[in-house]
Amino acid sequence: MVLSRVLAARRTLKSILHLAAALPLGLLVARAIWLPASLGANPVAMLTDSLGLWALRLLLLTLALTPLRILTGVSHWLLYRRLLGLWAALYATLHFSLYVLVDQRLEWQVLLEDVLKRPWITVGASALMIFWILSLTSFTALRRRLGRHWDALHRLVYAAAILGVWHYYWQVKKDVRAPLCYAAILATLFAARLLRRQIKARFSPATVLGKT
Amino acid sequence: MRYRRDQEPKSQDITPESVWVNRRQILQSMMAASGVGLSGLTLAEGAPTGRVLEAKRNAAYVASDALNSWDDITTYNNFYEFGTDKGDPARNAGSLRPTPWSVTVGGEAQVRGTFALDDLLKPHPLEERIYRLRCVEAWSMVIPWVGIPLVDLIKRLQPTSKAKFVAFTTLKDPVQMPGQRSPVLDWPYVEGLRIDEATHPLAFLAVGVYGRALPNQSGAPLRLVVPWKYGFKSVKSIVRIDFLERQPTTTWAASNPREYGFFANVNPAVDHPRWSQKTERRIGAGVFSPRIATRPFNGYPEVASLYSGLDLSRWF
Repeated sequence: MVLSRVLAARRTLKSILHLAAALPLGLLVARAIWLPASLGANPVAMLTDSLGLWALRLLLLTLALTPLRILTGVSHWLLYRRLLGLWAALYATLHFSLYVLVDQRLEWQVLLEDVLKRPWITVGASALMIFWILSLTSFTALRRRLGRHWDALHRLVYAAAILGVWHYYWQVKKDVRAPLCYAAILATLFAARLLRRQIKARFSPATVLGKT
Repeated sequence: MRYRRDQEPKSQDITPESVWVNRRQILQSMMAASGVGLSGLTLAEGAPTGRVLEAKRNAAYVASDALNSWDDITTYNNFYEFGTDKGDPARNAGSLRPTPWSVTVGGEAQVRGTFALDDLLKPHPLEERIYRLRCVEAWSMVIPWVGIPLVDLIKRLQPTSKAKFVAFTTLKDPVQMPGQRSPVLDWPYVEGLRIDEATHPLAFLAVGVYGRALPNQSGAPLRLVVPWKYGFKSVKSIVRIDFLERQPTTTWAASNPREYGFFANVNPAVDHPRWSQKTERRIGAGVFSPRIATRPFNGYPEVASLYSGLDLSRWF
């Protein structure tokens, strides 16, 4: 009885998270169809930037679940990491697709030059590669089979987050206040993890016993 | 021709100036009150507004490309004095008071002093020129400016033989220009030209766009237009013109000398360190239209002789 109620609550929360994650995309699509003027004079740039920003926001939200567990002591937050992470990967992929298909219209030579010659695009492309690798290996069955290796592989999400914020910082012409905000949030999320590790180490049985 | 000035009633006959100056604020407050509150939205496909200027089109300066709309020109701006988002100038420039306005002329010129803008411009008939504008961010527009050739004003100010450069300075007033409260750039904004560039017939001082006085977000009431250079050279809301013996320190070049040079000539062969300058996105062309090739000097080859012997990849 209790268990089934908990499972139902989790399912509801999952549906809510799916809807919330889909909302920015839905709004952009709706505006593009019914209110194109609302996208401004440069809709390609506006859509590309928005999708990229939402990828970053969702990724930061994904990484906020572990600190949330530490703070609340409730571990079920971790069940939603994959859900939010996959949505972040979807936004990143759409961000990339817009740049490749709509902005550069598959000009392979230009794209190759961009990726090789322009460090901020190299950095963004690397983040995207990680997103894809993690998405493709996100299945539960694969996770069980890979075990420890899966955990190691999926620690790449931290690299993706750093690369993503870096990509944003580098892309901005001059006013870096917004990217610095994202960097500060990311740093806080890392700090929470390091703090927990320190506390754990200090109060672990080995340390405590060693002291006495 | 996408607009017909002669058939329209003069806007000042209908709308008190104080109302059109603040029209965006008024409309936004109306929208906010009615709960629509979508400040990012373009309100309507806008017809040009503002004080009508009498100007003859100069047939020597027309572009074959379609003009950008009034909305494109007046809602997509880089004018960091009002914020760094492209929509910020249209949202925030209502606090600028372009009248009365005075301009101070200083340095190596016979005529120096502070002049009311009207007095400075009075002897010069206004003309309309259609110029392409290429932003360093790799987008472009086609804009019908109203103004005077810069060379005509410079002749009247009688620079001395020592005047090798001209510097233009934007107003510095954080009350009127709220973006200046953040140290994004080293205010006030200063741009400059070599004297031979400034006296080239293409260099233009604009007071209007689409036959109307410049809206605040476009650099009211007086701005430079140098169509063969990246847009940031075309300094807005000018309060000082100085004739100098030495090259002035200009804002963007000082803020990042690796990325922005003093010359800033449009050049597809010299990439920005972070992005390509080979192509540009034409604003208003639609989501699915391809980028277009950027041309040397933005398609104004008549200025090339100004730079003969200059290594343009070094002096970018």
